[in-house]
Amino acid sequence: MRYLPLTDNDRQAMLAAIGVTSIEDLFADVPAAARLEAPLDLPDHAGEMEVERAIAGLAARNLSPATAPSFLGAGAYRHHLPATVDYLIQRGEFLTSYTPYQPEVSQGTLQYLFEFQTQVALLTAMDVANASMYDGASACAEAVMMARRITGRNKVVLSGGLHPHYRETAATFARYSNAEFAAAPPDVEGVEDLGAMIDGETACVVVQNPAFFGHLGDLAPLAARCAESGAIMIVAVTEVVSLGAVRPPGEMGADIVVAEGQSLGNPLGFGGPYVGLLATRDKHVRQMPGRIVGETTDVDGRRGWVLTLSTREQHIRRDKATSNICTNSGLCALAFTVHLALLGSAGLKRLAAINHSVAVRAADVLGAVPGVEVLNDTFFNEFTLRLSKPAGAVADKLAQRGVLGGVPVSRFYPRESELANLLLVAVSETNSEADIAAFAGALEALL
Amino acid sequence: MAATSRTPGTITGNRGLQIEEPLIFEQGTAGRTGVDLAEPVPREDRLGGLAREGEIGLPGLSEPEVMRHFMRLSQKNFAIDSGFYPLGSCTMKHNPRLNERLARLPGLADLHPMQPEATVQGALELIDSLARWLKVLTGMEAVALSPAAGAQGELCGMMCIRAALEAKGDARRRVLVPESAHGTNPATAAACGYDIDAVANNARGRVDLAAVKAKLGDDVAGIMLTNPNTCGLFEDEILEIAEAVHEVGAYFYCDGANFNAIVGKVRPGDLGIDAMHLNLHKTFSTPHGGGGPGSGPVVLSGGLAPFAPLPFVVHGKEGFRLVEHRGRSEDEGLSAIGRLKGFHGQMGMFVRALAYMMSHGADGLRQVAEDAVLNANYLLAGLKDVLTVSYPGPCMHEVLFDDGFLEDTGVSTLDFAKALIDEGFHPTTIYFPLVVHGAMLMEPTETESKASLDQFIATVRGLAAGARSGDAAKFHDAPKLTPRRRLDETGAARHPVLRWRPAPDKAAE
Repeated sequence: MRYLPLTDNDRQAMLAAIGVTSIEDLFADVPAAARLEAPLDLPDHAGEMEVERAIAGLAARNLSPATAPSFLGAGAYRHHLPATVDYLIQRGEFLTSYTPYQPEVSQGTLQYLFEFQTQVALLTAMDVANASMYDGASACAEAVMMARRITGRNKVVLSGGLHPHYRETAATFARYSNAEFAAAPPDVEGVEDLGAMIDGETACVVVQNPAFFGHLGDLAPLAARCAESGAIMIVAVTEVVSLGAVRPPGEMGADIVVAEGQSLGNPLGFGGPYVGLLATRDKHVRQMPGRIVGETTDVDGRRGWVLTLSTREQHIRRDKATSNICTNSGLCALAFTVHLALLGSAGLKRLAAINHSVAVRAADVLGAVPGVEVLNDTFFNEFTLRLSKPAGAVADKLAQRGVLGGVPVSRFYPRESELANLLLVAVSETNSEADIAAFAGALEALL
Repeated sequence: MAATSRTPGTITGNRGLQIEEPLIFEQGTAGRTGVDLAEPVPREDRLGGLAREGEIGLPGLSEPEVMRHFMRLSQKNFAIDSGFYPLGSCTMKHNPRLNERLARLPGLADLHPMQPEATVQGALELIDSLARWLKVLTGMEAVALSPAAGAQGELCGMMCIRAALEAKGDARRRVLVPESAHGTNPATAAACGYDIDAVANNARGRVDLAAVKAKLGDDVAGIMLTNPNTCGLFEDEILEIAEAVHEVGAYFYCDGANFNAIVGKVRPGDLGIDAMHLNLHKTFSTPHGGGGPGSGPVVLSGGLAPFAPLPFVVHGKEGFRLVEHRGRSEDEGLSAIGRLKGFHGQMGMFVRALAYMMSHGADGLRQVAEDAVLNANYLLAGLKDVLTVSYPGPCMHEVLFDDGFLEDTGVSTLDFAKALIDEGFHPTTIYFPLVVHGAMLMEPTETESKASLDQFIATVRGLAAGARSGDAAKFHDAPKLTPRRRLDETGAARHPVLRWRPAPDKAAE
């Protein structure tokens, strides 16, 4: 087998050196009743060519957004990834290294994570960020727990514009705590009044900007209301490219920002692995979950980096830790860092401007199709259409015509019949004028 | 310590191939970018007056500058591609590049998670195949694939246990966790609202059956046990422990971090286990990536299966489909604990793990376990007369030593680990598990050759002899040959500097 270096001669020599006659002697502690004697109902080993053929066969049965006009978003966005990103993350020194617990042999990982933390803080206009979480939804759930630790309160207010997966994940994480959730109904047009849901018992309010349905909001008044009540304002961002064009949460009074970082550096990948961002104010650093990299010096006085503040973490604090999280999204964070290093401020602003411009064009073209209404006055690169027919069936039929034309809201809210005709449409720099025309043409034929 | 005694004496501070590299924020030119993008078509914006104003503060770099920056950083890392990681409980094995290629197939890497199900039948079948492999290998009835990593898998498993108990109207307070457990175990049980009750190890490095029995009662929800355990030993009374746990109506959670030792040889389902997470980035070789991403599927008994999280894949009339919401029956997620993350799970890791399992096959996976255990016992045999073996062998896939052999040498486990770095090895796991003094836990995995192990054994023997011969200063000084030497972790925590900031004079501009 190509991954196993030992030969049968090696094995015999090693058994002799150990002083046993058979490999089974080394498994002597396994009770006889627990040993598997019967063969497993699974195929035997296969060569590289055979494995590649089998999995490529499965891949070929999918409709790839790379080959069809695609307008899918709802928390995961298709962007062009520079070739340099994928090359660098496949460097074995990054790909196959362990968690940087031994800093002398991990300065590469530690330095890029320090750069990642700085990039995230700059993008969100916050003080500090951690070294990444699993994804945006789990980062949001961790932020809710963090806010409850900071305030010592249990009431959690969730905006109706927050991504449903984020709402559901936050509820699952808190399932066996004494948290009380007040979830506003789906807020299609951005008119909810969260301020009225806040009182002296409120630990945090979680809002999203741009919201799940696409609209933008000035969160400063809500931040003021939170500050007045001693509540934490958590702002979620599912499309980080928006931060190149839209006022960042840190400038609108956010206490904690969580985001899905997939849009920078990471492919759609059918939903993962992605990279969660979590940023906050300096005063809350010690309540943050997850790994954090800090600057220090070595014994020769040279600057270097280490994992720090680990007394918050499970491997030191065990049941008193701020979170049970251990693994982060290291390599996805590297992809994010490389992509953003390539873009710089100028590139990110331009990328965001293109996304917005193409989205404005798409909204105008699609809005002119009979039976289609654009519900957003404001948006970045995603907006909601109300169709004259149920959106789920329309999306399926669009796919049959080779257009991945948006995500039906019913996929997230299957029981809310008033949302059945809503379609979320995301647009990016990857969409051409021809894509938009194909989408509009197909919609017109179906409505 | 003299501040400049070890600096290389070159003008640049570089030493040959080891090149110093500043932060990206200390390089570049404002306004430059390494990505060529067309001028956006000017259109009236719909940002509602919320346009971002002011500088973001990111540096501007060209593509060659970015390439060189990250290449230089990469050269400051140890990696399994370039060297041996005898890192206990971490299973640092070879990461096949076939798996990387397959994960990047456009028909998988470019798929959007919310495409219509009819357009992703191949992807759903792949997930279903992975599920089948994992269920057959573990002998368990169900598997929840969505957990993002091992710790989230633990959370998933323990939540399923609590949900199952509550469904029976049986609220319980305590979870038993052995002292040798990974830190994630007590942290997870606490996150599920349980009180943690620590169970002592016996003199043989195993969880003590009598101690478990003494702590069991009708307020115990479950036990979280790692098998093989973190001392590298098979819990030889596991069947009795499972029986005793079940007798009081509690559940048996197993931490499957060490599944590599028994894959293809022992099925957790035959051990009385009710739930167990698998770290795909350990046993199934998905790359560690400097700390992630991981993937932590949880195999479940039939009794816990109805509580598995959303979403999951089922066979429908028209092919595969996803159950994303609680439905009307248990098969449709009626009792599901809910959602643990966005979308469907770590698909990229699923592809890699499936490719790995198909490559090895049933026969090869059994060989994986045997070679992993053989390699660990070979280290034990080669080192037992110079190091202090914590518990007599045979061991499983990893072998535990303590610092007894360093007594009165002035050399600590940490010093010894740092000396290994200068010899070109990654240190062993140190100071874990907590149940022995100055632990050194070594896990070679099956992908090390005999020659590699022989070199490691000879090196450790040489270092042990050096420590005992009074050469403590050399150990205190180590590592000397790395890009950075020992770093001030206390100072880092006392005065946290967690991001780059512009110099004050520049910030005022």
